[in-house]
Amino acid sequence: VELPLLLEVIDTVRQLGWTGALQLFVNGVTLGSLYALIALGYSMVYGILKLLNFAHGDVYMIGAFIGYGVLTALGGPLSPDLALAPLILLMFLAAMLGAGALGVVIERFAYRPLRDAPRIAPLITALGVSFFLQNSALLLFGAQFRTYNNFLLGSDNPELFEPGPLIQPAFTVSGVNVQTVQILVVSTTVALMVVLTLLVARTRIGKAMRATSYDREAAAMMGIDVDRVIASTFFAGSVLAGAAGVMFGLLYGQVFHFMGFLAGLKGFTAAVVGGIGSIPGAMVGGLLVGLTEAYASGYLGGQWSDLTVFGILIFVLLVRPSGLLGTRAIQKV
Amino acid sequence: MASDREIPDVPATPDARDRPRVGVDDWVAEVEERRARYTGVSGLVRRGLAYVPAPARLAAFAALGATLPLWMNRGDIFVYGIVTLVYLLLALGLNVVVGYAGLLDLGYIAVFGFGAYLYAELSSEQYGLHWPATVSIPIVVVSAAVLGLVLGIPSRRLLGDYLAIVTLFFGQAFVVFTNAAGSNVAGQDVTGGPNGIADIDPLSFFGYELTTRTQQYYFLLGAVVVVLAALYFLSESRTGRAWRALREDPLAAEAMSMPVNRLKLLAFMFGAGIAGLAGCIFAAVLTAVTPGNFDLPLLITIYAIVILGGLGSLTGVVLGAIVINVSFQFLAPENPQDNARILFYAVIVLLLVLGLRPWWRLGAVLAGAVVLGVATVAIMEALAPSWSGGAVVEGGRLAGVVEDWVLIPQGHGRFGDWAYVGLVAAILALTLLRGWVRTVALVPTIYLAAIVWENSFVEQPAVARWILFGSLLVFLMTVRPQGLLGTPRVEIV
Repeated sequence: VELPLLLEVIDTVRQLGWTGALQLFVNGVTLGSLYALIALGYSMVYGILKLLNFAHGDVYMIGAFIGYGVLTALGGPLSPDLALAPLILLMFLAAMLGAGALGVVIERFAYRPLRDAPRIAPLITALGVSFFLQNSALLLFGAQFRTYNNFLLGSDNPELFEPGPLIQPAFTVSGVNVQTVQILVVSTTVALMVVLTLLVARTRIGKAMRATSYDREAAAMMGIDVDRVIASTFFAGSVLAGAAGVMFGLLYGQVFHFMGFLAGLKGFTAAVVGGIGSIPGAMVGGLLVGLTEAYASGYLGGQWSDLTVFGILIFVLLVRPSGLLGTRAIQKV
Repeated sequence: MASDREIPDVPATPDARDRPRVGVDDWVAEVEERRARYTGVSGLVRRGLAYVPAPARLAAFAALGATLPLWMNRGDIFVYGIVTLVYLLLALGLNVVVGYAGLLDLGYIAVFGFGAYLYAELSSEQYGLHWPATVSIPIVVVSAAVLGLVLGIPSRRLLGDYLAIVTLFFGQAFVVFTNAAGSNVAGQDVTGGPNGIADIDPLSFFGYELTTRTQQYYFLLGAVVVVLAALYFLSESRTGRAWRALREDPLAAEAMSMPVNRLKLLAFMFGAGIAGLAGCIFAAVLTAVTPGNFDLPLLITIYAIVILGGLGSLTGVVLGAIVINVSFQFLAPENPQDNARILFYAVIVLLLVLGLRPWWRLGAVLAGAVVLGVATVAIMEALAPSWSGGAVVEGGRLAGVVEDWVLIPQGHGRFGDWAYVGLVAAILALTLLRGWVRTVALVPTIYLAAIVWENSFVEQPAVARWILFGSLLVFLMTVRPQGLLGTPRVEIV
């Protein structure tokens, strides 16, 4: 029996060799950091409200567009008014704050009125919000791809492809290139996660978040302002999504109105694979999803990578619904 | 009377709509009285509908539907007749899963797509099979039901949210798969990739082919009537009651020894079977299928139909399909803008009529909006001529009026975008305001809506309709989760 597909895959693996495998690993870790950041937002909101916030992926998309807006306002990608480092810092800050504010607004106006409604209601609302955001972006920004990274090219002429400072390899180890932007993305992600972990573990508001997620009613009786805690959870999650949006723009150079949907699904996969509601779980899940996607598109071809990721999600949900690092939920009646 | 003053800020009679309804026992106790108290026109319609028995309603629907080809031209029969009925069929299937059994299935469109693709594979040049619809429709319906079962088996353990996400992934995976499986899956072209499958055979029964739009319409109408009748009996049956019990409280249903898993699978199978049937007809009528037909927008449309009509109500789903598809087609890019414009202003006025009491308040708001508009246009014309005098997009009956009322600047490209952002902010702010402040704030909001329509939406009606559908879902879930004709759910905590 001939198995052309399998042979093809084996052939690709052989052609790429160890260098290719390591390169895919580097790419996968970078991609995984993005998914981990998105997954954290899902996970935190789910942990506290038991709500699947479908609109989270679109908050990430809006974050990417805010970054693009800052870039355009400061002279455009070809000739930015600022030096690279402050420009990128500014893009991150604006996108994080803007996305955070958007998250709070969504919570206040779409989800808060439904907090005690039957569970199907907020899910449908979330679907509506997601669709609303996607199409608002389509209306405001148009259907075309917006280019982030011309300013990453060394020259004003996009025809002459000279890798700019960000996508030039920072260093090369035995044929494996590590770009500056990849280092930037991974280190920013790690920094944001450390901040988030400290926020949840050490601060007053973090304690309130944990209490609210454990038992909302009891927390309210203990004098915790539950509304404020939920709003800050949405803010924190959306801030991370906004940062991830800018990272996507820097990494891949293009943003568009529909980018949030698939990224949201994959971020959600990461959250579930790691165990929803668990912060380290989101990180592990993000890395796993990112690596899977990188290897699947490297070895099987880009069009199959999404299916592979979805397959993993369904497998994990069936075999271990509480995820790798999650705790099994016990339903009390 | 001085003692009255000493009590600070005794709240006036609280606005009944603002109170949480969930878990309030007296609200539960009064539910019968409230039902009897439907007043005004809506009460009349509601009580009138309740008096008409279901078979008579079905007969009226069939009779009205049958007259459609007599007074519509061929193109309109497709756009308003056939498409509405396909949506209706889909919504009826979704209503079984979401409305009766309360399972949030977001992969429903994939089953529809599966049916359409399977019909296309069986009755086209793709594999050279050309089976008649007499053979392929039963095969497709049964396979779709089996697919529903296969999807349901792993999902039956999953609680509400996980079920939603797994089905959403399945829906997305279907689109990705149909796109990817074009070039070669082990050397075979399965789905035709992004271009899909074209030249699908028309529906044919025992050598008789349905080729004209009128024939297809009548066949579809017949199928819808049969499905409606079957669903009516189903919903009144033991199984229908068991589904509703499952929806209201799965744990209690299980404790009452209902076979919860089997009921869930049954609901999935029924919904999937109907979706498969709709898929066959869709593929045969369109004569082509592409992956883009089965994506998120269609899911949102079908959900909007079911939720607008009222989850679990057959009459509601029928009304929802008609309302949603007619407004959908009015907002289609190829339709004259005048229809869309009339629809837009009519919906605003209708919402105001329903929401504003007493009547003089309604009159004041409308008059205020008119005065505000005319004054704004006059002032801007005098002060900054470039900010007015833009041309109204497409003429029509309302265009002349609109030109004097709505500010349409010339050459301020982003004006419409900023107005849109402002409108969203204004509507959100309205929900925070109460009493007369809200009424006053309504005036500029209405005017802003008109500005957004004339400057931004009118250029991109296709985008505008998705925005409006998305907002409709959010709006309905907050204000009236039971839809137009559904019964409000009472959760006793």
